[in-house]
Amino acid sequence: MTHTPESRNKLSKHLFKQKNLWSGILFGLGFAAFADEVIFHQLLHWHKFYDLSSTSVGLVSDGLFHAFSWFATVGSLYLVADLRRRQGLWPKMWWSGKLLGAGGFQLYDGLIQHKLMRIHQIRYHVNIIYYDLIWNIIAVILIIVGIYLYKKATLDAKILEASNHV
Amino acid sequence: MYSETNLLTVANLFLVATIFFTFMYVSAIFLSNRKPHLQKWPLMRLLFWLTGVLSACIALAGPLAEAGHHDFRFHMGGHLLLGMLAPLLIALSAPMTLLLRSLSTKNAKRCTYLLKSRFARFYVNPVTASVLNIGGLWLLYATPLFNWMHSSPVLFFFVHIHIFAAGYLFTISIIYIDPVSHRHNYTYRTVVFIAALAVHGILSKYIYTNPPDGVLASQAQSGAMLMYYGGDLIDLVLIILLFRDWYQSAKPRQQEEEACLSTE
Repeated sequence: MTHTPESRNKLSKHLFKQKNLWSGILFGLGFAAFADEVIFHQLLHWHKFYDLSSTSVGLVSDGLFHAFSWFATVGSLYLVADLRRRQGLWPKMWWSGKLLGAGGFQLYDGLIQHKLMRIHQIRYHVNIIYYDLIWNIIAVILIIVGIYLYKKATLDAKILEASNHV
Repeated sequence: MYSETNLLTVANLFLVATIFFTFMYVSAIFLSNRKPHLQKWPLMRLLFWLTGVLSACIALAGPLAEAGHHDFRFHMGGHLLLGMLAPLLIALSAPMTLLLRSLSTKNAKRCTYLLKSRFARFYVNPVTASVLNIGGLWLLYATPLFNWMHSSPVLFFFVHIHIFAAGYLFTISIIYIDPVSHRHNYTYRTVVFIAALAVHGILSKYIYTNPPDGVLASQAQSGAMLMYYGGDLIDLVLIILLFRDWYQSAKPRQQEEEACLSTE
């Protein structure tokens, strides 16, 4: 069977489904953590560098998460470069991963870190419920769009495969 | 705090040492360039060496070093230069490669024999290097050592040697520029590096709330933030270099590439 370069590319990228998804998830995680730190810590000063947690576990988990996200941002972009040189970049799958990663982090931050461990809140001296609602609803929307894109990308792959077997 | 004369002696000692090593580095370049079968030593590496040595000098002698004795913010700025930036730049200048090139074959063999020893292998293991590097910092900032260091020039001298040496050891245990006898795989180095970065971040937050003895709370807070974000910045460069090597080593070979492109 012969293929034009374009159809080749369309097929080869489906060989890298996991890699596309995971590099997207890693980038989403790293990006969300980075954006959180820049916007809310540095620019708005809503919550601080260290919000005196009651548990040292919170401090340790935060440190590990921060270090991991720093690696994830750089590492995921190298994965994208790797996918590109293998002609395997699949933007729809990658974006699905990115939204899942970012939304997943935000929901984890909003439910576990803010409410369960109470490491910090989004903002102080205000009625926090609206902030919490907006924060977590945005997280859920990101996750839903991520799942939608994932389904769409998988469907695309199936259609393409079917058309090639005819 | 100790007398100005003692301070000057320690600072001068460091300056003499850096001038001596720079002289050795430049001489080695001439020796290496004389060998016809070797390529000329890249100018970029000399630049890395000079900027590395310069940032160590700024941390050890001169106005910043002096201010660091009284003000924790400047102390931390110097610490970043001495413990992170200078080691990175000097590692990039590949001093061990230069040494091996400039020596005679016989002596170079002796040298590599040393590098292959168990002793050397133990020290360039990323775990050992991280414990020495980050563990040393915990000792310095979370115990009275910080205060003792400021009352004893001898202790001051050794603590600063340790900060640079441990920073250098950590750098060369994570990114391999010079020859290494035993190469640990990328996953292993990445995992250790993430842990080390995390513990460094935790320490800077610890300093933020628990200033070392005799340090003003406000200075401890700015110093801790400098440590946290400055550390991130230099670690970012290390992460990029580590992943760049990984990316290049994972390059698909010709067959694999064809397998990727063919549609079975």
